[in-house]
Amino acid sequence: MEAVLSIIIGILEQGFIYGVMALGVYITYRILDFPDLSVDGTFPLGAAVTAMLLTKGTNPYLALLAAIAAGALAGLCTGIIHVKFKVKDLLSGIITMTALYTINLRITGRSNLAFFNENTIFNSGIALWIPQSCRIVVIAILLAIVVKLVMDWYLHTKSGFLLSACGDNKTLVTSLAKDFGKVKIVGLILANALAALSGAILCQQQRFFEISMGTGAIITGLGSVIIGMNIFKHMTFIQGTTAALVGAVVYKGCTALAIALGLPTTDMKLITAVLFLAVLVINSREKGDKRA
Amino acid sequence: MLKLEDINKTYNIGTVNEAKLFADFNLTIEQGDFISVIGSNGSGKTTMLNIICGSLAIDSGRLLSNGNDISRLKEFQRAKFMGRVYQHPDMGTCPSMTILQNMALADNKGKLFGLTMGVNKKRIDFYREELSRLKLGLEDKLEVKVGSLSGGQRQAMALLMSTMTPLEYLILDEHTAALDPKTSEIIMALTDEIVREKQLTTIMVTHNLRHAAEYGNRLLMMHEGQVIMDKKGQQKTETKVDELLDIFNSISVECGN
Repeated sequence: MEAVLSIIIGILEQGFIYGVMALGVYITYRILDFPDLSVDGTFPLGAAVTAMLLTKGTNPYLALLAAIAAGALAGLCTGIIHVKFKVKDLLSGIITMTALYTINLRITGRSNLAFFNENTIFNSGIALWIPQSCRIVVIAILLAIVVKLVMDWYLHTKSGFLLSACGDNKTLVTSLAKDFGKVKIVGLILANALAALSGAILCQQQRFFEISMGTGAIITGLGSVIIGMNIFKHMTFIQGTTAALVGAVVYKGCTALAIALGLPTTDMKLITAVLFLAVLVINSREKGDKRA
Repeated sequence: MLKLEDINKTYNIGTVNEAKLFADFNLTIEQGDFISVIGSNGSGKTTMLNIICGSLAIDSGRLLSNGNDISRLKEFQRAKFMGRVYQHPDMGTCPSMTILQNMALADNKGKLFGLTMGVNKKRIDFYREELSRLKLGLEDKLEVKVGSLSGGQRQAMALLMSTMTPLEYLILDEHTAALDPKTSEIIMALTDEIVREKQLTTIMVTHNLRHAAEYGNRLLMMHEGQVIMDKKGQQKTETKVDELLDIFNSISVECGN
């Protein structure tokens, strides 16, 4: 019983941590219809920034903010490459992602960086008010919900309306006397800021940075968003952001199940990829989706 | 006043498909004109609209709006003083957003899209009032997504949205062509009402010769990048659909089809 409980808690932790990234992917994939692969680089970028700052004794919340800023900057790069230099969306992301691999190594100075003795958001400050057994899961859920609420608010502002309009109908954005290229850039900034935040939270939870931790991040993000949209497709009153978070938990649940059934943890990326393929196939069978 | 001066436009320059459409094309559109433009496919009607709106770059020439050169302004910059309704109803609205959100977007044109709430509740009554002019009952469906409306309903909204804020020019790009005959008449009547009320300088491309004869104060027929007929005022009022049809047929005969 206790083993099952610990697996469930583990799934919730991972689900809500990756859920923050899924919220970012929701912006690019679902709202902007932009397959943004930069996430594979910005997720570990957030982790690298956090790891580097924490080993220098920085406040762990400040480290999260720094990660957000770094992710935003990377998103800006992808946006400029795509909008100003007119490089295709997929390629723009790949360029940023590849460049970030080196940048992440430069930030941390090596491919692994552990910090088992430093303060993190999970073992200092308000974390101490929460019973130790459920600290991580409570903080992960709280953070994900705060991000979701901020995003819900943003999507109802004028700027958020314009973002939604940009994914829906670029012509209308032009008709509103706005440059849709700039709107796309804003979307990419937000999405990559969230991906970096997600990487930073994961890094603080596992207390180490590892250069390959971003590989397949976009797959997890896309899989989460698509699963979420499918679960709630007949419940239009459920917000897309909620769906993305729930999708992330389900996605992580599936991978955890595969591990629990006996697959070695080193198979994680393969499981992630196969699961994503399964999601895409099921998704396109169900509705003949042109995007799948 | 909008002036097209010595416009040159050639498609696919330097390839075997090179096609010169406009050679030193000139046109002056007076303040308050409501111009109907007709012409066969490939006559340059839509290209002219795209050049005016800035969605197509010109090879040489100038566009003057009230004396100011606007040739270098990008499409979204020109949109500040131009409104455009497209042939396809999907182009003028956001399908995944509600009627209310669409109205709020259009209402904010030309202003900052910042971090204030997207829908200003104080404006809802005004939106309802505007929507009720369409007589489609949309004022009672504010929370309905525009994507679930019919083509005619969406086109009516597109027309309303594109003319909600102050404009210099209204560009209508075969905006009734994708609609059934009845809806097309409703949209045309509504267009005329809005154009008169807001005194908009309007350029309407249409394939409907009756609409072209019936509406507006000036009529242009285009053929192979040239204006081959330009009737204004009294002359225009006296123009009959049959007459237009005859000219149309004679052009086609000349072309050998």
